[in-house]
Amino acid sequence: MTETQSDGAFVAFERVQKSYDGETLVVKDLNLAMPKGEFLTMLGPSGSGKTTCLMMLAGFETATHGEIRLGGKGINNIPPHKRGIGMVFQNYALFPHMTVAENLSFPLEVRKMPKAERKAKVERALDMVQMSAFGGRRPAQLSGGQQQRIALARALVFEPELVLMDEPLGALDKQLREHMQYEIKHLHDRLGVTVVYVTHDQSEALTMSDRIAVFNDGVVQQLAPPEVLYEKPDNAFVAGFIGENNRLEGRVTAIEGEEAVVEIDGQASVRASAIACGGAGERTLLSIRPERVILGDTGAPNALSGKVVELIYLGDHIRCRMEVAGHDDFIVKIPNSHAHAALTVGETTPIGWQTDDCRALDAA
Amino acid sequence: MSTTAETLSSDAPSPEAQEAASETDARGRLLAADGTPLKLSLARALRRQKLRALALVAPLLFFVLVSFIFPIGGMLLRSVQNDIVPDTLPRTIAALEDWDPASDVLPGEPAFAALYTDLVVATERKTHTRLGSRLNYAAGGYSSMLRKSGRLVADFHLDWFEKKVSRDWDEPEVFTALFGEGEGPAAQALPKTAAAYAAWAEEMREQGEDPAKEEPWDLVYAALVEDLRAGGPALTGYSGPQAELIAETLAKIGEYDPPSYTDAFIKSDKDWGDPDNWAIIHQLSGRYTSSYFLAAADLERNTDGEIVDKPEEESIYIFLFERTLFLSLTITFSCLLLGYPIAWLLSNLPLRISNLLLILVLLPFWTSLLVRTSAWIVLLQQEGVINDLLVSVGILSDSGRLQMMFNQTGTIIAMTHILLPFMILPLYSVMKTIKPNYLRAAKSLGATDWTAFWRVYFPNTVPGIGAGAILVFILSIGYYITPELVGGTEGVFISNRIAYHISSSLNWGLAAALASLLLIVVLALYWVYDRIVGIDNVKLG
Repeated sequence: MTETQSDGAFVAFERVQKSYDGETLVVKDLNLAMPKGEFLTMLGPSGSGKTTCLMMLAGFETATHGEIRLGGKGINNIPPHKRGIGMVFQNYALFPHMTVAENLSFPLEVRKMPKAERKAKVERALDMVQMSAFGGRRPAQLSGGQQQRIALARALVFEPELVLMDEPLGALDKQLREHMQYEIKHLHDRLGVTVVYVTHDQSEALTMSDRIAVFNDGVVQQLAPPEVLYEKPDNAFVAGFIGENNRLEGRVTAIEGEEAVVEIDGQASVRASAIACGGAGERTLLSIRPERVILGDTGAPNALSGKVVELIYLGDHIRCRMEVAGHDDFIVKIPNSHAHAALTVGETTPIGWQTDDCRALDAA
Repeated sequence: MSTTAETLSSDAPSPEAQEAASETDARGRLLAADGTPLKLSLARALRRQKLRALALVAPLLFFVLVSFIFPIGGMLLRSVQNDIVPDTLPRTIAALEDWDPASDVLPGEPAFAALYTDLVVATERKTHTRLGSRLNYAAGGYSSMLRKSGRLVADFHLDWFEKKVSRDWDEPEVFTALFGEGEGPAAQALPKTAAAYAAWAEEMREQGEDPAKEEPWDLVYAALVEDLRAGGPALTGYSGPQAELIAETLAKIGEYDPPSYTDAFIKSDKDWGDPDNWAIIHQLSGRYTSSYFLAAADLERNTDGEIVDKPEEESIYIFLFERTLFLSLTITFSCLLLGYPIAWLLSNLPLRISNLLLILVLLPFWTSLLVRTSAWIVLLQQEGVINDLLVSVGILSDSGRLQMMFNQTGTIIAMTHILLPFMILPLYSVMKTIKPNYLRAAKSLGATDWTAFWRVYFPNTVPGIGAGAILVFILSIGYYITPELVGGTEGVFISNRIAYHISSSLNWGLAAALASLLLIVVLALYWVYDRIVGIDNVKLG
């Protein structure tokens, strides 16, 4: 991404680097541009640099090198309290000595807003997260989900244009987390604020985001909308990190246009989309999503045979582990429908897939 | 209870379990599986735990009770106890019962006679000097009055017998011969003397002396005078042991004209003629007295029994209490001022460095208090290190050396240093629990560094401030050694005065009253503190 591309962006990282000890880079050469109103998720395993990026944006960490811009202006030297960025913290960071209403009123007070206006805004913000009845309570008297909503309302009450969220749902149980994901998404749609959201939970990222930046090792591996990320991962890391993924190692024997002919280690030869593989003779990693494998002899261009090793009944689908071309961890998701005859363990069955669904990536 | 059981039983799948869980006795109480009431069986299960907890606490409890609570209680009781006066002057006090101390008239002869009797006994028991010291706490002069009167009553009547009748009368053998065998003819002739002698002999035996070898006390001679004056056939016809001596004395008794007790006492010390002195004895005649507490609060009773302020020049305790409170508050405040930033630094540094610094904070605890105080003397005195340094650098002239020791400055500096860890530790442990995210959140919401600190961080440290302040304040209000060593005269605390009364003036009653008053002040402040800060808000860690 070049500098000219980020000129019109609302939030932009330009060649940003961060090091804590002067020996290793936590963030390596980050370039990222976000338009106004976007919901962007920074997704990655812990230690990948995503939280550091968020903290640099919020102003709690300074970039070792490079520039961060907000609304076209460099904010490297602006202290956090002047950036006007709302932030939702891990574990919420609600002030324990203040009531819910006082917590919400705090950002308005420091902005010297008149009392009546403050009261109206606090009420509106509480309404927005359906917590109107809880204004007089202390944070400790609220459940995790309620605290989460208050934290959200507090980050939004002073109407910032940018809201940062640092794994805000990490402390909630699964059901509540899923519920809150939709709520946050709806709030974003309604208010039109720009959101930068950090998480290590890929399903959370897929559910909520307009675009996802997948971080690993201080570098953005891929920045794309969820469906692209899932269906067309750029490299082996992204393919492995997002969703389930069958990996077959092999060697490229020929490149034919956008397709690569790959020999799976002496077993069989298949065709795949050439995404990140080298030329003929290079090693590559084939990636196929389990739900894209076709069972039975259907005339798919890539036909192999697999031996059923294990069957797990999961209600809506059956998860079948197979031995394919010398790999015994090949997973196939079979929809639980009449169309599919029941398989038995030990049986050998033909399998295949569309060339588009199989991607030849870098051999990680 | 019953709702829990219902929930349980509704969850329970098997009908048997349902039945067992909802089983109740005739009175509707829930029953345990073995049929005993559930509450009973729960109490039984908990009893073991309670007994074990008690057994764990028992040794310390016993130790504290025996070695601390009872002795301290006894000590504090001294602040109201006044046994010495009623025990030493029982007859005098009885005689004064009808006397009106406000009348400004001396009590009558019976009171002086009773005083004579009490003093003879007291002199023999050597308690009259202790009585003198006790009465001296109320007003001066009693010690010398009682000493002089002690000499007076020792041979008040004996003197005449010895000098005008016969030297034999002070021989113990005479009395042994007369009354040694109990009910003899002498006892019939001289019944009162015999009784007085028996009482004295009893007293002697109690003191571990042999009555046959000691000259009897003057009360025996007083009784003898009465017996001789009464006369009677048994006496005039007496023929028992020492008949000659008795007859000779009887012949001369008409000549004996002792002065009245009133005159004799006033002659021995004219202060006995002052009704005010009798009024004080009258005031202090009860077994319990408020006089120590009054004295501790710079109050006294006037001769009319009204509570009035002590004269200005004798009032020191209220002033000392005020000074103690003022200095303690100053010390608490300086500790807070110095300790707060340190605690903040400690709680925000990486653990390895903060542990090292924490050891430095605790280091003073490993040195003796006396050593640290002495070190401050070395540093702060006029010829001390700090003054020398300031003079050699030229900030001070040699004649203008600062007086930093043996005044309030010295006390404040040394005690702030000594008590600082008690402020830092609770602050540190509270600050440690405040998440850095709070400050970040405040800043992200638009607060400046100062606002974030004052509105968010500081309120969360209040429990630590509360704990540290109350620790330092209560420790300093009772501090003794440091003010004693570095405080001079203007930097001493009320505890130094208490120590003075315990070890030097030996007025333990006043010391106990002052200590009780200090305790009451501390408890009252604790109550106020609880109302303002709330003791539930105090956190030590």
